[in-house]
Amino acid sequence: MQYWIIQTLNSLALGGLLFLLAAGFSLIFGLMRIANLTHGSLYMLGAYVGISVLKYVPNLWLAAIIGGLVMALFGGLVERLILRPLAGNALGQVLVTLGISFIVADLCLIVWGGDPIPVPTPPALQQPILVGGVAFPTYRLVVLAIAVATALALYLLMDRTRIGAMIRAGVDDMQMARAVGIPVSRLFTAVFCLGAALAGAGGIIGGPIMSAYPGLDADMLPLALIVVMLGGVGSLLGAFVGSFLIGAIYTFGTALLPDLAYVILFLPMIVVIAFRPTGLFGRQSV
Amino acid sequence: MSRAGWVALAAALLGFPLVGGEYYINLASQIFIAAIFAASLNLLVGYGGLPSLGHASWLGLAAYISAWMSLKLGLAHWATAPLALLATTLVGCAFGWVSLRATGLGFLMLTLALSQVLWGTAYRWVSVTDGDNGLRGLTRPTPFGISLDDAASFYYFALAITAVAVWLMAVFVASPFGVALRGTRDQARRMSALGHDVWLIRWITFVYAAFWGAVSGLLFVYYNKYIHPASLSITASAEGLLAVIAGGSATLAGPIVGAVIVMILKNYVSGFIERWNMLLGFVFVFIVIFMPEGVVPGVRRLFGRGMRAWRSRR
Repeated sequence: MQYWIIQTLNSLALGGLLFLLAAGFSLIFGLMRIANLTHGSLYMLGAYVGISVLKYVPNLWLAAIIGGLVMALFGGLVERLILRPLAGNALGQVLVTLGISFIVADLCLIVWGGDPIPVPTPPALQQPILVGGVAFPTYRLVVLAIAVATALALYLLMDRTRIGAMIRAGVDDMQMARAVGIPVSRLFTAVFCLGAALAGAGGIIGGPIMSAYPGLDADMLPLALIVVMLGGVGSLLGAFVGSFLIGAIYTFGTALLPDLAYVILFLPMIVVIAFRPTGLFGRQSV
Repeated sequence: MSRAGWVALAAALLGFPLVGGEYYINLASQIFIAAIFAASLNLLVGYGGLPSLGHASWLGLAAYISAWMSLKLGLAHWATAPLALLATTLVGCAFGWVSLRATGLGFLMLTLALSQVLWGTAYRWVSVTDGDNGLRGLTRPTPFGISLDDAASFYYFALAITAVAVWLMAVFVASPFGVALRGTRDQARRMSALGHDVWLIRWITFVYAAFWGAVSGLLFVYYNKYIHPASLSITASAEGLLAVIAGGSATLAGPIVGAVIVMILKNYVSGFIERWNMLLGFVFVFIVIFMPEGVVPGVRRLFGRGMRAWRSRR
């Protein structure tokens, strides 16, 4: 019983982290048609930057905010200086983000070394919550809560605000959005920064669970890709559902069939892509 | 190329081991492997307009299957080679079916995700792949009783396979099917309206490219006598893609020139520093921004612009 509860919470926590990663990826792809392959690197770099912050200020939440802000700045610079001049050249943009992800991975290796760096769980959250004799690991519940709160905030942003309406318009029909005077260009940068910030903050928030290590980017990026393909491009709901689905499949797959966890991962994606190429909740095909 | 040019090229390739040192002969063998790999990827990227970021799947999968069958099943090379090619091509059929649900960036992401699945599995399925240790203790085949263990004989073996591979890929591209493939790249809707089955054309090309990727994988594992999950990584796929776009996609010679550039760069640089990944990243960014049409035309264009600027200043 205890084992399954732990596994379930692990899967929910991983799903939450995946949502922080995939939501930004999905919005960026849906709005700008950029497959941002630096997204895994932003996650990893956020974790490393957070670790450096933790050396001076032992507060995980502050580290997450700073890591997110630094990644937002980094993402904004990449978008403005490198991706913008390549507008219209979709393949070129992907290749550039791929190149940047290699550079970032190597820089992280130089700066932070090759050994995994653990991130301590905040002391207040180290004790499990006991309910009816069953222990619930607190930090995983907190990660889940953060992800749900973020999802809610993003939903309100997208559904209830003017900016959200503009983003949705851009996702649905870019040219029409431009024609009616929506500042699509500034919107692009804003969405890119937002996605980068979520990924970076996710990296350090996931630190106590996953720690930071070289290859974290390559581990997380395909999971985010699968989530987005499964849930549907540009769909927040799709990213949310897909994240928790993939989180559960990955966690239980690793627990039950450790050798083939990676194979099991892509089975749901194949089924969905085969019957619904737009993904579960997507409106545009990928 | 003129007939004299072909003769000169053939003479240079055949005579190279007589004059080159062992290091350079081995480098040339690696370039052949990379050239087949890049040329097969070019069928998709250049002629099909289908940017795949998972082509390392085919190299790695064929190498792993061949290695696994000879180590764990004890099969001989004459059996492992066709079985590995067949199995890899079948996986190519399946991956192509999934990946071609999408085109463009969606296709790219699907191929990337699928190849990452293989990469992760190679790391984790320790009972089959020996995980991070890789499969070692392999041998090279002995076609017609000839040992391939010295550099020169492997060079000629790789050269022969490469010549056949490039020729068959050239035939493929020049055939009516190849023309139809370029049609689906440029005007998919019109091709569809003309009665071509666009999806089928793309799928066949995907499978054909996977087959030649698998051939390069067999050569790869014969050359190294070792296979590691790194051969399935996104870096390996990216190196192939870099060779294609660096040399100039949708040309026959482009990917081969690109493979020469990438392999020389990789061998030369890794002799001095360990930062191959970073260099790869910078080369990617540089080529996409400054030479999007490939190095050969790019250099010509940059050179021409410099000349014009110099002239106009005078």
